[in-house]
Amino acid sequence: MNPFFKYFSGIFTALGSLIGGLRVTWRELWRKKVTMQYPENRDTLQISDRWRSELYMPHDENNEHACTACGICMINCPNGTITVTSNMVENEEGRKKRVLDKHIWDYGMCTFCNICVITCPSDAIFFNNDFEGAMFDRSKLVHTLNKPGSKLREKKKNLPPTPLKGEKGATISPPKKQETQQGIDDKKVS
Amino acid sequence: MKQPLELTGLISNLHTFFRSNLTPFWATVIEGALVLIAVLAAYAIIALALIYIERKITAFFQSRLGPNRLGKYGWIQSVADLIKILIKEIIHINKVDKVLFYAAPFFVIVSSVLTFGIIPFGQGLQAVDFNIGIVYILAVSSIGIIGVLLAGWSSNNKYSMIGAMRSGAQFISYELSAGFALMTVVVLSGTMQVSEIVESQRYAWNVFNGHIPAMIAFVIYLISGHAETNRGPFDLPEAEGELTAGYHTEYSGLQFGFFYLAEYLNMFIIAAIATTVFLGGWMPIQVQGWDGFNQVMWYIPSYVWFFAKTGVLIFFSLWVRWSFPRLRIDLLLNLEWKYLLPINLVNIIVMVVVVLLGWTLEDLFPIFRP
Repeated sequence: MNPFFKYFSGIFTALGSLIGGLRVTWRELWRKKVTMQYPENRDTLQISDRWRSELYMPHDENNEHACTACGICMINCPNGTITVTSNMVENEEGRKKRVLDKHIWDYGMCTFCNICVITCPSDAIFFNNDFEGAMFDRSKLVHTLNKPGSKLREKKKNLPPTPLKGEKGATISPPKKQETQQGIDDKKVS
Repeated sequence: MKQPLELTGLISNLHTFFRSNLTPFWATVIEGALVLIAVLAAYAIIALALIYIERKITAFFQSRLGPNRLGKYGWIQSVADLIKILIKEIIHINKVDKVLFYAAPFFVIVSSVLTFGIIPFGQGLQAVDFNIGIVYILAVSSIGIIGVLLAGWSSNNKYSMIGAMRSGAQFISYELSAGFALMTVVVLSGTMQVSEIVESQRYAWNVFNGHIPAMIAFVIYLISGHAETNRGPFDLPEAEGELTAGYHTEYSGLQFGFFYLAEYLNMFIIAAIATTVFLGGWMPIQVQGWDGFNQVMWYIPSYVWFFAKTGVLIFFSLWVRWSFPRLRIDLLLNLEWKYLLPINLVNIIVMVVVVLLGWTLEDLFPIFRP
């Protein structure tokens, strides 16, 4: 190509591409802002269900939980965040049984690896997504998960262990399955 | 034309008040002091406003909200930043060249303030008005680069040195283009006095009056102005990836604040000079013969016109800054020496031809003549 022509065509192609770039940023200027204004938008805030924040133990309306105090979560915890204390109680049949005394979880030491939830054989503990856990005192980070006066839920037949409704952060969803199964059954009946 | 909100009346009242009550010597001294205070106050306030505006617009370009916690829409944020930078410790560095190191920020800021003085902010709102105003602008704004070079040299730091050298090469190169672009306008309006340049643009702004060569000069002035202020795609003297912060790496506290302030004000000054020289300065939009329209335009005070026009150019500068990637040093000098300067030299000859042959809008159409 003629160098003289190349010089001027270079100027105009450069100008064209610069204007293209300006047009892109102009569009960007009017785009919806992505900033979330946290304390104000607390009501509409959407936290992902997969977010792990606080360990909790679901209790049902009879103040019963599913923890058998087996201690597997405590053994599996990589940094000793969980302490499970238990009492040996003799039941009516005269057999000694392990009963949960305190399930203590230290928020400040937890790495949220989820191993305790995965390994729990009776699905007694889950992570919720209440992320506002900051405290002024470290001792307040140590949570006792079982409520005072709570006791082990008696085993019922044909009911898969489920996290209770109304609680946030259910990591498994058997209730949904059950509902759909029921729906199908209802249809069959009708 | 009625101009209810102008400050000319106030200024002439003050002047007669001082003249009638004091000896001429003391009247001059007091008026000088008042002008100095006004210029410095305007300097500080405009810098604060610019920092806030820049942060907001930058945020909008990046789909963020920007400062929005301190005051309504965060407007006190830059005041808080000012207080912070005032009470910060100035860290003394052992192996610097003490005199030059502490003198350097003053060169930069004095050059910026001196250039600031000649800007006509409105009718009668101009601190200095020489008959060689354009030459004064070019001369005084070039002092800043001495401060930058001194800062890089005296910091005893190789990154500062490289940054300062880049800045020097860039500034001296682009000063040529800026100077020639302003000279094109001097050819067009036939005067170097800033107030007369503004006055001559009453019905046709220079950028329209000189049509093609004036528009080319305007674009070239904006490009070289951005390059001179070390902003936008030309900010490689402080390329943080390679040079941490360039020439002001070793500075802290208020000394850094001076560089920072001067950088922001230089952006404003470039936009203000471009407004004055190309876009009619503080002149309202007027059409000859449309007296009602002109009256409405004159109701808007001249300083509002000035700041509106300057604001558009500042917005453009920010828009460019957040659109284009940073140039490499050889490409930067390539742009200046192989493109802008030759185009500029041809352009000034074209302008001379246009003026001599009477092809400007004022010559062709009598409606644009003042």
